[in-house]
Amino acid sequence: MASAVSSLEKYLEEYDEIKSTLPGQGLDWLVQLRQQGLDQFSTQGFPTTRDEDWRYTNVTPFIKKSFQSVLAKPSTTVLPEQMDHYYVPDCWQVVIVDGHFSNTLSKLDGLPEEVVVMALSDALIKCPDKVKSYLGQAVENEDHGFIHYNTAWFSEGLFVWIPQQVKMKQPLQLVHVVTQENVATATRNLIVAEAGAEGVVIESYFGSQAQAYLTSSISEVFVAENAHLTLYKLQNEASKALHCSGVYSQQEKHSTFNYLDFSFGGLIARNELHVNVGFAAACDLNGLFVGSGRQHFDNHTWINHLQPRGSSRELFKGILDGRARGVFQGCVKVFEDAQKIDSEMHNHNLLLSDNAEIDTKPQLVIYADDVKCAHGVTVGQLDDASVFYLQSRAVSEEEAKNMLTFAFANEMVDQIKVSSFKSYILALLLQKFPQGGIEQEWL
Amino acid sequence: MLSIKDLQVKIGDKSILKGISLDIKPGEVHAIMGPNGSGKSTLSHVLAGKEGYTITGGSIEIEGQDLEEMAPEIRAREGLFLAFQYPVEIPGVSNIYLLKAALNAVRKHQGLTEVDALDFLALVKEKIKLLGMDEKFLYRSVNQGFSGGEKKRNEILQMAVMEPKMCIMDETDSGLDIDALQIVAAGVNSLRSEKRSFLMITHYQRLLDYIVPDVVHVLADGRIVKTGGPELALELEQKGYGWIGQVE
Ligand SMILES: Nc1ncnc2c1ncn2[C@@H]1O[C@H](COP(=O)(O)OP(=O)(O)OP(=O)(O)O)[C@@H](O)[C@H]1O
Ligand SMILES: [Mg+2]
Repeated sequence: MASAVSSLEKYLEEYDEIKSTLPGQGLDWLVQLRQQGLDQFSTQGFPTTRDEDWRYTNVTPFIKKSFQSVLAKPSTTVLPEQMDHYYVPDCWQVVIVDGHFSNTLSKLDGLPEEVVVMALSDALIKCPDKVKSYLGQAVENEDHGFIHYNTAWFSEGLFVWIPQQVKMKQPLQLVHVVTQENVATATRNLIVAEAGAEGVVIESYFGSQAQAYLTSSISEVFVAENAHLTLYKLQNEASKALHCSGVYSQQEKHSTFNYLDFSFGGLIARNELHVNVGFAAACDLNGLFVGSGRQHFDNHTWINHLQPRGSSRELFKGILDGRARGVFQGCVKVFEDAQKIDSEMHNHNLLLSDNAEIDTKPQLVIYADDVKCAHGVTVGQLDDASVFYLQSRAVSEEEAKNMLTFAFANEMVDQIKVSSFKSYILALLLQKFPQGGIEQEWL
Repeated sequence: MLSIKDLQVKIGDKSILKGISLDIKPGEVHAIMGPNGSGKSTLSHVLAGKEGYTITGGSIEIEGQDLEEMAPEIRAREGLFLAFQYPVEIPGVSNIYLLKAALNAVRKHQGLTEVDALDFLALVKEKIKLLGMDEKFLYRSVNQGFSGGEKKRNEILQMAVMEPKMCIMDETDSGLDIDALQIVAAGVNSLRSEKRSFLMITHYQRLLDYIVPDVVHVLADGRIVKTGGPELALELEQKGYGWIGQVE
């Protein structure tokens, strides 16, 4: 306990040093917002396993290392060729390296003029009022140490604003890279689709080496009436990283929000997903986590049906090998007047070793009476009959198992509608199955 | 080709096969008929190398090699093929991918190079036409959502691509409509050669009208209780299995 306090103090001491370098220091409302965040963080600290929602995920030993804010370190130069493999083809890119936006590495040529895509730090200079109307709004009622930390510390982020009726003709990729060791980065993204707008955003998080660091990212997503937003997220952090992210989305009438998450990297990765579904709005939330060694993946999702006639679909799949551990907690809450809700939640897990473990808990909280809600969970090994069937077709046992494991994962990859991103994810996934002889073109 | 001597098999403590002997020569077609639960599928599974069966006596050889010690995939590469009575659905693995993996595994085993993508496609398209299947089936997941008859046809497609020398077909005819039965039978007949043998498990004479066997066996309660020529199948069709017991 004593050490936890002292590590908290270190974070707070450091804040005084870096405060003046944070973006938006001239904006009173933001200074105030950050101060509130800091105050709450200083009383709460980071969540511990005593918090019900963090029972299975212990970040305390990690946090104790007192990562230094990237702002306290000299910035690094990254060459464009070092970035190549992070770019998903046929996308616009906003690149953040070690907590700073890089103009030279970003690629925004041909972006329609009416669409606003920039670094959050730029947006705070160029259109602070626009930022003000969204920043903090989707997380307003949340009380959570990582949000408060993020609010106080965020150094950068992605700002996307798609005006009414505009359809972005190409996806936008956030490329978030950490190259330094023992640093903490905090990123706040704001993604806004105005009425009738359409867009696809890919958030991708990478680490360049096998280093320990903290990535804290919060995305606030606003999907207005009749707007359609797809958010893909790829977490491929370095092998010793702690990745804590939260996506908070607000959906209005008749809007759709599709979310698809791929968690491959990091040592501990916590994803939170909070979705407020409006009248006759639909959300589709999906995720795949693939872990080995001592990796730990924690997915917490909350779907709130506040209005009638909404629908939600959720499918998270986990593949765990070695001593990897997974957590899935999904909560669907249907409020009193939210009638005619159609909701489905599933979590399927494949445990490839005896030492892998998954804690899964789907939860329905229903206050309305005219709703259709289903949920299902499976935890298991590969089906013996399927392995034998493939063997009887001359495929070796090992290859058969790889094929089946890959097929289990591939169902999620198949959901990607952007072909360049699909190939990108498939290639990453293939690296996770080194000995399978799986050929991409045949899947 | 396939030589089974006094094979005895248990599942757990339960004796299922109680001493089976069969000798199938290259180019021969044998049929096995017999009541439900008599052990026909058990025999086919044991031949293919499925786990869960204990061989308590006897031997199985394929071209003089002991089968028992071989892993299922090695048996398949050596040319033993089982068309399952109940083919398994494999979501996420496309039919064409499995066909290619299977063919290349067999070729590699024979010391041949892998087929290149274009040659393979040409080969598969020829075989799929032979079985009267739509090319769309190639890109669907293996057996997933296939109708009963489509699954059976798909088994024979795999057989046609892998070109095994010992083909075991477990009730391939059940589930096939009359037209499909003719097409599949024609496909099988086109594979017949003096180097390739067939063991067909069936309940019905109809299949044997199209694929005429050299030898017909009756399996009852884990034993071969009668062996004869094609006329035996006709007799069974008329009289059922009851009379064989009386003969015993
Ligand atoms: N796992 C098992 N445990 C116990 N008994 C089993 C098991 N599998 C099969 N059996 C039994 O073995 C016997 C033979 O089954 P098998 O499937 O070989 O019959 P079959 O001749 O193929 O029948 P059918 O004509 O209905 O296909 C049956 O009595 C069956 O119930
Ligand atoms: Mg059977």
